[in-house]
Amino acid sequence: MTRRGYEGVAVAVPVTVPYVRYSIRSAHWWLARALAELLRVSGLKKAEIDGLTISSFTLQPDTAIGLTQHLGVAPRWLDHIPLGGASGVVALRRAARAVQAGDAQVVACLAGDTNHVDSFRLTLANFSQFARDAVYPYGAGGPNASFAFLTAHYMRESGATREDFGKLCVAQRANALKFPHALFKKPLSLAEYLAARPIADPLHLFDCVMPCAGAEGFLVMAEDRAKRLNLKFSRIRSTIERHNAFADDPIQVRGGWALDRDELYAHAGAAPVDMDFVQTYDDYPVIVSMQLEDLGFCEKNAAPAFIRKNTFTHDGSFPHNTSGGQLSVGQAGAAGGFLGLVEAIRQLTGEAGARQVRDAKVGLVSGFGMINFDRGLGSGAAILSC
Amino acid sequence: MLTRPKRKNPVLRTRLPTLPPGARSRVALGLTAAAALGRFELQQCRDCATVQYPPREACQKCLSIRLAWRAQRPEGSILADTELHHSNDLFFRERLPWRLGLVKLACGPTVVAHLHESARNEVTVRAMLDRAGQAVLVALPQKEAANMAEDRQLREFTCDPKFRKVLVTDGKTALGQALVKELAKAGADLIWVGYAEPWKKFAGFEELQKIPQATLLPLDVTDSKNVREVAAEIGGKVDILVNNAELHRPFGIANRAGVDTARFEMDVNYFGLLRLAQEFAPAMRSRGADGQASAVAWVNLLSIYAHANFPPHGTFSASKAAAHSLSQCLRAEMRPAGVRVVNVFPGPIDDEWNQLLPPPKVAPAALAKSMVKALQDGVEDVYPGDVAQEWLERWRDNPKALERELSA
Repeated sequence: MTRRGYEGVAVAVPVTVPYVRYSIRSAHWWLARALAELLRVSGLKKAEIDGLTISSFTLQPDTAIGLTQHLGVAPRWLDHIPLGGASGVVALRRAARAVQAGDAQVVACLAGDTNHVDSFRLTLANFSQFARDAVYPYGAGGPNASFAFLTAHYMRESGATREDFGKLCVAQRANALKFPHALFKKPLSLAEYLAARPIADPLHLFDCVMPCAGAEGFLVMAEDRAKRLNLKFSRIRSTIERHNAFADDPIQVRGGWALDRDELYAHAGAAPVDMDFVQTYDDYPVIVSMQLEDLGFCEKNAAPAFIRKNTFTHDGSFPHNTSGGQLSVGQAGAAGGFLGLVEAIRQLTGEAGARQVRDAKVGLVSGFGMINFDRGLGSGAAILSC
Repeated sequence: MLTRPKRKNPVLRTRLPTLPPGARSRVALGLTAAAALGRFELQQCRDCATVQYPPREACQKCLSIRLAWRAQRPEGSILADTELHHSNDLFFRERLPWRLGLVKLACGPTVVAHLHESARNEVTVRAMLDRAGQAVLVALPQKEAANMAEDRQLREFTCDPKFRKVLVTDGKTALGQALVKELAKAGADLIWVGYAEPWKKFAGFEELQKIPQATLLPLDVTDSKNVREVAAEIGGKVDILVNNAELHRPFGIANRAGVDTARFEMDVNYFGLLRLAQEFAPAMRSRGADGQASAVAWVNLLSIYAHANFPPHGTFSASKAAAHSLSQCLRAEMRPAGVRVVNVFPGPIDDEWNQLLPPPKVAPAALAKSMVKALQDGVEDVYPGDVAQEWLERWRDNPKALERELSA
């Protein structure tokens, strides 16, 4: 059976609940705000939301089902998607299939997390069985340490320099200055990036995302429903998802994208060169480089040359992470896996304000999630168009 | 290279002990069980032979649940390394920077390991106990380097006597005297040597006095008041306590009338440990992170007979079993301070009370060497000598069979 397309599905109403560094509220508060914002913007009533996906690290002891009672909703289709940075793409593709099949009419896809002063440490200490047994007791560096390994190895293999990574970070900061919800409000220069204090060699401060509290959300529904509601929307051209790819690689040099990208582009009827913008998952710049390579924008280990050749602001030669990405907006837990997708919808519906990519008609969003032990396990990508 | 720590300024606050993250799944404690004996074992599938890491419940290749902990080749190569300048955990935060590596083992898996400062490219990986008493993997240079044991990180996993102050509770025996010599050779800063009944001269007294690090002091583990006074005097300085005081008499139940001998054995072997623990452990617990020469270990001389009674030495076996049980309690109470309790389970020692037992018997000097090596290696359970090793294997294989064999 050939894989079906996503015809007739609309992706609409990109919302962000403004982030804060620390919050005394629980994840429930943040997810409730996101749902309320989706209703406010769409004009839908709560009872009209009959599908719901939830992504969160800090919702425990609850899962999506407990949240339905908390929020007083009665969906007939519910999905808990605890896939970290892959959550956005995965929520999108599951919700789209539910709508196409008629299992749900309107699916609200939500991601949100709180951040108390001690939340991050507690999340790390109990992130996974493998992390608790075989990573956290080793210096308790969290993802900084894991990405330090991947970065050191990648720099050696590809010849990437700190300047290359710095160029990406500096461009994202420039984009973030035009995104009102970004937590980072000051420009970042390459000199400042290079002079930052070391965190876990070769990573320095501006290579690392800052944990914060926040939420993101969007709606998935039939196109005619979106039209009746007078909502601007984008369409799904293609998606991919993969977990634990290339398990035999001794160290992560690629993600599942490399396995699935041909299908991604073939299914979309598009090529990398057709993308008007790209939103990668960017908790650390090394993983941006890997995505650029694995998603076919350049050859393996050629991202450094690609970075040197291009500019990455919203008005650059390769518009990338146009809202500033997690590195300059902040990483609100699982909402970090939604940030790029929500921004892509804004770009395609012409709602990106001062950072609008000119004539943005088609764009790529990718996700990367869950450093379970020594590598990120989940990868996903979606091509959206207007 | 490690330099001799400065004299402690008693006015300054002593840093309180913190522990590295100690939570583990039950299956991961298999690594700890091996590390306690100084062994490097990983799970291996009995069906397809795939070596697994991190520890798990089913084979990642063939899904078999028949995973067994097996000794593995320790060689590996560093794929990437980092030096942490930030940690989310208090223990590491106080010890930054901290070096880590991602190591590809020759036996298959990639592991995260603590990295010795001299470890480059090709390494040997060991499973060691950390201050929380849980196993971690440590990557060391493949070739023994000069002053290798002095690595700042490695010293957090070992209980090296170098620059530390040690109390040996009984200097009157051949083992006690061999221990003092070995500890001096290992670089101990100061060795207090206890001896009971100080009005009696004993063989080897003069020789002990010639060892510059050694200080003899009257200590009788059966005398509560004496133990308390000695602890009041030196308890706050003891970094390693080696309790080698033991009373050993042959025979079981039928060949001796009354309980006096058994009571004497208990008084030294069991209550002696209890007295020492009550008086010395509190001060040692408070000094678990007291600089480079912190309180670090408590060593108990037990016996292989603590695991299974040897009827010809039946009451002695019982007293050592009691001491073993108490040492597990002490281990639990010392753990929050990161002070390791090392239990030594020798087979028969080559001394007068084992005269009738056939060889092999462990020589006091060899036993002392293995006890000091256990401290240097950071091992928790020590089975020195061929007899102890064989009995350990027999006991692990089938405790009931060993019971029958010992009563034959």
